[in-house]
Amino acid sequence: MSLAEFTDQWLSAVTPQISEGPGWLTDLRQGAVEQFAVLGLPHARLENWKYTDVKALAKRNFSLPGTANASADVESLVNKSSLGLDAIRLVFVDGVFSESASTLGDLPAGVQVLPLAKNANAAKPVLGQVAAANFSGFTALNLAGWQDGVLIDLAANAVLEQPVYLQFVATEQENPVLVQPRILIKAGTHAQATIVEHYAGVEEAANLTNVVTEVDLADGANITHYKLQQESAKQYHIASMHIQQKRDSRFTSHNVCLGGKLARQDIQVELSGEGAEVNLNGLYLGNGRQHLDNHTLVNHNAPHTNSNEDYKGILNDRSRGVFNGRAVVHKDAQKIEAHQSNANLLLSDKAEIDTKPELEIYADDVKCSHGSTTGQLDENALFALRSRGLGEEMARGLLTLAFANEVIDRIEIPAVHDRLEDAVAGRLPEKFNLKGLV
Amino acid sequence: MLEVKDLRVSVEDKEILKGLNLTINPGEVHAIMGPNGAGKSTLSAVIAGRDGYEVTGGSITFEGEDVLDMEIEDRARAGLLLGFQYPVEIPGVKNVYLLKAALNAKREHLGLPEIEAPEFMKLVREKLQFMKMDSSFLHRSVNEGFSGGEKKRNEILQMLILEPKLALLDEIDSGLDIDALKVVSEGVNSLRDAGRSIVMVTHYQRLLDYIVPDHIHVLSDGKIIKSGDKSLALELEKRGYDWVIEEAAQ
Repeated sequence: MSLAEFTDQWLSAVTPQISEGPGWLTDLRQGAVEQFAVLGLPHARLENWKYTDVKALAKRNFSLPGTANASADVESLVNKSSLGLDAIRLVFVDGVFSESASTLGDLPAGVQVLPLAKNANAAKPVLGQVAAANFSGFTALNLAGWQDGVLIDLAANAVLEQPVYLQFVATEQENPVLVQPRILIKAGTHAQATIVEHYAGVEEAANLTNVVTEVDLADGANITHYKLQQESAKQYHIASMHIQQKRDSRFTSHNVCLGGKLARQDIQVELSGEGAEVNLNGLYLGNGRQHLDNHTLVNHNAPHTNSNEDYKGILNDRSRGVFNGRAVVHKDAQKIEAHQSNANLLLSDKAEIDTKPELEIYADDVKCSHGSTTGQLDENALFALRSRGLGEEMARGLLTLAFANEVIDRIEIPAVHDRLEDAVAGRLPEKFNLKGLV
Repeated sequence: MLEVKDLRVSVEDKEILKGLNLTINPGEVHAIMGPNGAGKSTLSAVIAGRDGYEVTGGSITFEGEDVLDMEIEDRARAGLLLGFQYPVEIPGVKNVYLLKAALNAKREHLGLPEIEAPEFMKLVREKLQFMKMDSSFLHRSVNEGFSGGEKKRNEILQMLILEPKLALLDEIDSGLDIDALKVVSEGVNSLRDAGRSIVMVTHYQRLLDYIVPDHIHVLSDGKIIKSGDKSLALELEKRGYDWVIEEAAQ
């Protein structure tokens, strides 16, 4: 079957979604259907998809998930994969909101956290405002057929102390399903919140997650966002996050990518007000034949804006990593600072990284740096550890974990920090023998 | 315990050690002194197994085993530990991981099971206290952002926990103020034991006021040119090295 025929099939898969809900939404979805019909799935001739081939997706037949799987197995799975943090928690099983597993609790004044399917009208002023439908075929497909998700709406000056924990759990389905969540975050003037997007599930899960996250920060808003992707090695995970920032706002992203057979994350940031700042921290760790792709784009549209990006990758076996970090400094965006770094460790001869930091500068009074390295471990540190009796493999393991910890240690929620350090240690090669140590 | 015989070592084709002999018996504390460039640090580095040193002749044995034939980690596991002159900073590796991994490596070598967590924590806390170190130190990265004194205390802390048979301390006193020197010396002195040997490589006589050696050796131009008891240190302090070098030349 050709790619075009699959495009049709996918569209027919999302058709039931289109006619559901209010009229304005049907119109919006219908528009996205047309966009998707034009764009189709991304292909290798597109510069942004040069290294990531999604043709394999077209060979699979994804159906839509039904109602939430509420069996006892699922309940224990939800608990097992939980990060266990004290939070406002929304659980989605194969993309469907599970009310029984979720804890909304009491929200402070001015804060709304709403499951999206039941509250579509509340999303009207936000949906599609930051993420363009035609960003890629996947974004169009998501707008056309998202099933559920969340709207987090923070009024001016609202401060949410507890993080919002969005837990997405994948189960094994007879036919792989197309899971399309939509996450909308709107932060009013000086509002503040922490949001954790977490994807995990059973090892046999072989679905496609196609998620779009939109974040709109008003003047002085401060949002910290965690994206922890621990899906099974059979899952496909496509995600794009779009951030619009006004004056003096700050957005911090921690993006940890451990799972998926093929995972692609796009992050697009528009720094559109003076004093806006974005920090992008990322870690990807590939094993087996995993393919992990991170593309980030920061547009400095206003003067006095700052961006800092630090992505680290560890690639083992025959895994492949792709990093593309692009910062564009537009005309008249003077006095900006943009710093990018991407460092990689290759643990095997067959692992591969394609890395490309890019700076495009159209202003003349700017401070920018970028660099990428693919390196070896520090020989002095290796000697120091071995001189205390640690075997060479364990010493290498600890130093590899230390490399990852440079990103993980920026995580400010202790429960998340510890779980992730464990998860990373557990995914490093067994010969490192870090079990029981970390 | 440690026997160095006619050791010849080159670095980048330049001979640094030119036939060095040294015998350390169990329970003895030795100090190796000497002018800059004599080969003091080369001796420590070769015993510990650092790369970049070519042994062109002679032998080093530890309890009868050929040290030069052992992997770096096997030397440590056998009980031969080096305290570094410049301890390396290892960002991202917590002290607690290093201590636990090192202790368990030694225990495995001795055929013992891994140490239980409570027992380990008790041991570590006790030693931390002895070295006047805060327990928050355990979750800091190895030597990262440590002052010179903290780094040296950390070296001794590792010794106290790993209890080597032979501790080789390379300029453990360099960069220490008097308070830190006292703490470090107390740590080293607490290691003194009839079954344990200590070798200090140092540039300064001051250290020997706090850790009194049984034997002192003068290393000059790649050889030990004079050995004596602790009174030799005082003489060196007073008269410098030149007279020893001249005496040896005759």
